[in-house]
Amino acid sequence: MTEVPALTITEPSQATRRAQQGKGYWQRVWERLQRDKVTLAMAAILALLLVMVVFPAWFTVHDPYQASVLHRLKPVGYPGHWLGTDEVGRDLWSRMVYGGRLSLVAGVLPVFLAFLIGGFLGILAGYAGGLINTVIMRLVDVLYAFPSILLAIAITGILGSGLKNTILALTIAFVPPLVRISEAVTAQARHLDFVEAARASGAGIFRILYYHILNNVLGPILVYATSLISVGIILAAGLSFLGLGVTPPNPEWGLMLNNLRQALWVDPVVAALPGVMIFITSMCFNLLSDGLRQAMDVRL
Amino acid sequence: MTPLLVVDGLTKHFPLRSGLFKRSSAVVQAVDNVSFEVNAGETLGIVGESGCGKSTTARLLMHLVPADHGTIVFGGTPVGASSRRVLYRQMQMVFQDSYASLNPRLPVAMSIAFGPLVHGIAGPAARARAMDLLQAVGLDPALFASRYPHELSGGQRQRVNVARALALEPRLLILDEAVSALDKSIEAQVLNLLIDLKARFDLTYIFISHDLNVVRFISDRVMVMYLGKIVELGPVDRIYRHPKHPYTTALLSAVPSMDPRRRTVKAPLSGDPPNPINPPSGCRFRTRCPFAEPICQEVSPVLNMVEDGGAVACHMLMPGSGHTRA
Amino acid sequence: MWAYTVRRLLYAVPILLGVSMLVFALIHLAPGDVVDLLVPPEVPREIADSLRHRFALDQPLHIQYLAWLGRLLVGDLGISFFTNRPVSDELFGALGNTLVLAVPAALLGFGLGTLLGALAAFNRGTGLDKLFSATAITGVSLPHYWVGIVLVAVFAVVLNALPAQGMGPAGIPTSWEQIQHLILPVVTLSLIPMGVVSRLVRANVLEILSQEFVGALDAKGLLRRRVLYHVMKNAAPSTLALMGLQLGYLLAGSILIETVFNWPGSGGLMNLAIFRRDIPVLSATILVLATIFVAINILVDVLQALIDPRMRR
Repeated sequence: MTEVPALTITEPSQATRRAQQGKGYWQRVWERLQRDKVTLAMAAILALLLVMVVFPAWFTVHDPYQASVLHRLKPVGYPGHWLGTDEVGRDLWSRMVYGGRLSLVAGVLPVFLAFLIGGFLGILAGYAGGLINTVIMRLVDVLYAFPSILLAIAITGILGSGLKNTILALTIAFVPPLVRISEAVTAQARHLDFVEAARASGAGIFRILYYHILNNVLGPILVYATSLISVGIILAAGLSFLGLGVTPPNPEWGLMLNNLRQALWVDPVVAALPGVMIFITSMCFNLLSDGLRQAMDVRL
Repeated sequence: MTPLLVVDGLTKHFPLRSGLFKRSSAVVQAVDNVSFEVNAGETLGIVGESGCGKSTTARLLMHLVPADHGTIVFGGTPVGASSRRVLYRQMQMVFQDSYASLNPRLPVAMSIAFGPLVHGIAGPAARARAMDLLQAVGLDPALFASRYPHELSGGQRQRVNVARALALEPRLLILDEAVSALDKSIEAQVLNLLIDLKARFDLTYIFISHDLNVVRFISDRVMVMYLGKIVELGPVDRIYRHPKHPYTTALLSAVPSMDPRRRTVKAPLSGDPPNPINPPSGCRFRTRCPFAEPICQEVSPVLNMVEDGGAVACHMLMPGSGHTRA
Repeated sequence: MWAYTVRRLLYAVPILLGVSMLVFALIHLAPGDVVDLLVPPEVPREIADSLRHRFALDQPLHIQYLAWLGRLLVGDLGISFFTNRPVSDELFGALGNTLVLAVPAALLGFGLGTLLGALAAFNRGTGLDKLFSATAITGVSLPHYWVGIVLVAVFAVVLNALPAQGMGPAGIPTSWEQIQHLILPVVTLSLIPMGVVSRLVRANVLEILSQEFVGALDAKGLLRRRVLYHVMKNAAPSTLALMGLQLGYLLAGSILIETVFNWPGSGGLMNLAIFRRDIPVLSATILVLATIFVAINILVDVLQALIDPRMRR
């Protein structure tokens, strides 16, 4: 055999070392998000919408509550009211911008609350198993006997309309699906070997949940919750459309749609306009949620 | 000298539920009345085919699964459900699936440091120990500490698992098919690492595997299991050279050999492995045993000491059992 | 199999009990009570209280609940505050009207949805598929009640081709006079099931196409059509389950569309009840709709277990 020269092991350079540093999951998700043009565009649009909604005075001229008998149902392009006026003469554009505040709050806040409540209950049920799991999941099953809209109508129809009851109703409507998905992913994670290994280290339930369950489970739950936002916006506007949500004279997209229904015969374009806002907002959140899901689907 | 670990009468049955009210219709007798000892400093190998109860035994020892009956005594102290936390500083386990055993969202140093953190060791000290252990298992901490499991190869991950098990400074390490999923060359490296670590840290091993060659290489004593029971127990050389139980003999002759003289034409075992749900009455091996007789169906054989070391559970080796060959 | 069915049915009982308790709780959390609605506020307390006693409103809650439940079980759904007639009179007629909308919408939605989904799956990656994906995401973001309004704006207001509201003559639609009222609401209602079904069909067909046994079928020289048959047969169970659920949603959740089109179905009845604060009608309708939804869910589960043995637990 010929002499094989001894291998020299050289110290890797600083750059190589940094390159070999582990990239965490969330870091990679963030990087993928940054490269996704569509999602970035959606985020930009929604950011703009947020600014418009928080500082409506910067974007509008008229008072959204200012009615004018003379200027009822003016069409799009009317001087001074670029999107026309509604059935009592209020500027449509102002009402749409100011209305965004209520529509967004009524759509997004319930999802956020349901995420907290449902996520907590679901993770608890998924990890604890046994009686706790049975009790929680059976209660959720009772709520699941109603289609979401029916549940929301039951609560607001019987208890009364208004923003608070809308948020309550939609939160209750969204808790069951979030509990289900949280329970499912947690129950799955619980049986993984590394969780068993964590238990074999003697860790208590809270440490295991914090270090091992949570960061593996929050991803799918978050993606699902964001996909519910668009549904929330549509449902919230739908409730107002039925007269069960935000009350007049407050501007809100669904309520405006309802009020303008009679105006359909006079000016169909103006009557349909508030729906456009619902559609655009819902679409942006949907695409954002899809982008998030794709970014999180990192094959490890 | 008292043994480090004494297991007596360990039993675990899993009920199967079906029917209208999910009544328990059948029972899987996974581990049935298993008793053995492990001495400090030795490596006890546990072999058997799939479904024989090796892994369940490991989980029972680690209290990851509650036992139906039986006692476990470690270092002279009986272990109960309440003293699990204390037990975990004495006894640890390395699992088979190197990838599933590590949290994909944690850097490996964190996975290793988790155990010490749980037991009250401060963050920086736990991390320092993790670094030392990475070094001990042959992984350069500067390169590997912040890596994630998916950035490591199978062998490297298994080294991390060993480091993680050693983080709590146990005296006994259970290795449940720890090298089975690795390529042969890597397997050899990890086995050698285990032998080094054993000497270095004064450890005791329970090595579970279905690979007879590996078990022979690393064990001092070997325990053979079949359908939830121990059939034979003894020093590794005695078992491999003079197996006494028909199952052990069949198992050993099933190992492919490079030596043409030792190759067999006929399959050593006949019949299908029986269902652990309805194990045969009496001796569980009788349905595949060439020497089975009526006594084997009626009476379950118990472990009996043999002259050249160890014990066997077979009527043929128990004088007065009623078997014609006894 | 039968064990599963019986277990499933038995399980529905506590669910329905829970549903009834929820509705009852809501009724009692509502501000004010029956008597407040019936008598003017100037009436002295003693008279109001004696009325309460007559209506058994001063009994403890669980007694009231049991009495209410008992009445429900014999079919007494209460008396409307507004019309003073039994709720069941109006409710079942209204349900029938909703059925007239829901069934065609379901058929249209499922049929077109399956077609579009399968087309997209078989033409995966092409422009057709991308168009499908774009349409799907648009469909999910559209508020369907808004689409109804837009359709009315286009077809009724601008084109004056179809009626904007109402059901027209009652009964099973056979004449054009009846059918013309159906078109817009049915199309609007069918959008959501169409979107959901098409996405699922596409996903299922894709998954089955990628499975190895299809390759084996293809290799055996089977005709395209036979392969299609095998694919659809395997995609059927979960698709049927989803369709069942969607039908349930159509029946129980049609209120928004019925409001847009002033359709006198169960949704329209609820709308009216909300407007009039007619609690008995509202609560009874909600209960009946929820029960129907639960029943459809059970049916779907049992059917699925029948078709796909793996589903039986």
